[in-house]
Amino acid sequence: MNRFLIPLGVFGLLVIVLAVGIKRSPEKGIIVSPLLGKPAPEFALPSLTDPAHVVKSSDLRGRWYVFNVWGTWCGGCRAEHNTLMEIRQSGAVPIIGMDWRDSESEALSMLQQMGNPYETIAVDKDGREAVDWGVYGAPETFLVNDKGVVVYKYVGPITPDAWQKEFLPRLPQRQAGAPAQPSKS
Amino acid sequence: MTTINKVAIWPTALITAVLLFCATTAQAVDPTQMPTPELQQRYLALTHELRCMQCQNEAIADSPVDLAADLRRQVKEMLLAGKTDDDVRNYMVSRYGEFILFRPRMSIKNLWLWFAPGALILIGAFVAVRIIKQRAALVPQDNEPLEEDIRS
Repeated sequence: MNRFLIPLGVFGLLVIVLAVGIKRSPEKGIIVSPLLGKPAPEFALPSLTDPAHVVKSSDLRGRWYVFNVWGTWCGGCRAEHNTLMEIRQSGAVPIIGMDWRDSESEALSMLQQMGNPYETIAVDKDGREAVDWGVYGAPETFLVNDKGVVVYKYVGPITPDAWQKEFLPRLPQRQAGAPAQPSKS
Repeated sequence: MTTINKVAIWPTALITAVLLFCATTAQAVDPTQMPTPELQQRYLALTHELRCMQCQNEAIADSPVDLAADLRRQVKEMLLAGKTDDDVRNYMVSRYGEFILFRPRMSIKNLWLWFAPGALILIGAFVAVRIIKQRAALVPQDNEPLEEDIRS
């Protein structure tokens, strides 16, 4: 019996390693952002709604905000649009949009049709700012705290469920306790 | 019959020529030319070792997607600004994570992966030597005559 102990132990260890690997495999497609816990990239970009106005990261300091990277060419962005509208209505936290590699006129007409969930929208016409944020596909959504530090990153269309489970608990209590939360619809 | 065949040669040749032309242009995803051969070489080396994050198994040098073009532009601009190859790698890793490098760097997290093959060979050798020694020790005891031999 004793001579089987070591191989059995090694086998058990292998089972544990593989089980952990399989359990974690759904996360494999999502690349954990190295920006988490680091200051959000500084930017100064033209505003979509008012090209004369410059959206500056320094102006956002001092309060929490959601930074949402989107484009009219991106299907997932249309899919999450209703959830973003509900978040805006709940007043939990302002959403700053970044229109990525897009046509301004198409972006404006999409917002006119579907509603505008954003407080302000920065235009990243040539994709430089997206590279600085480590964006690799839209939609991507960052949660930035009042000190300008990236707290969380979500890849893919936000669902009401993801908002409740991932974003709301990370917000400071005072804001998370806002009365109206996006309903599951 | 023969005249028809002769007529058919020209369209065939034309199509072949067009296809050949398409094949060569399709490969030239990245027409970037750096000002010096030295910069060009570093640019090519870097764009071949960085992963296109959108189409994960392609290098940014070979990928036709917009994101790869943006990353190539970033590499180009950093090299033109006099940054070193490591500056470019560090910039990319600080934005996109270690995953963007096709050749992962050695770190505390993956140290065991680098040394596991050597450790496994050592363990195997140790076990083999022990088994051989045990078997070898059995041989002298086996020299004693069998009971049947004694009786006869």
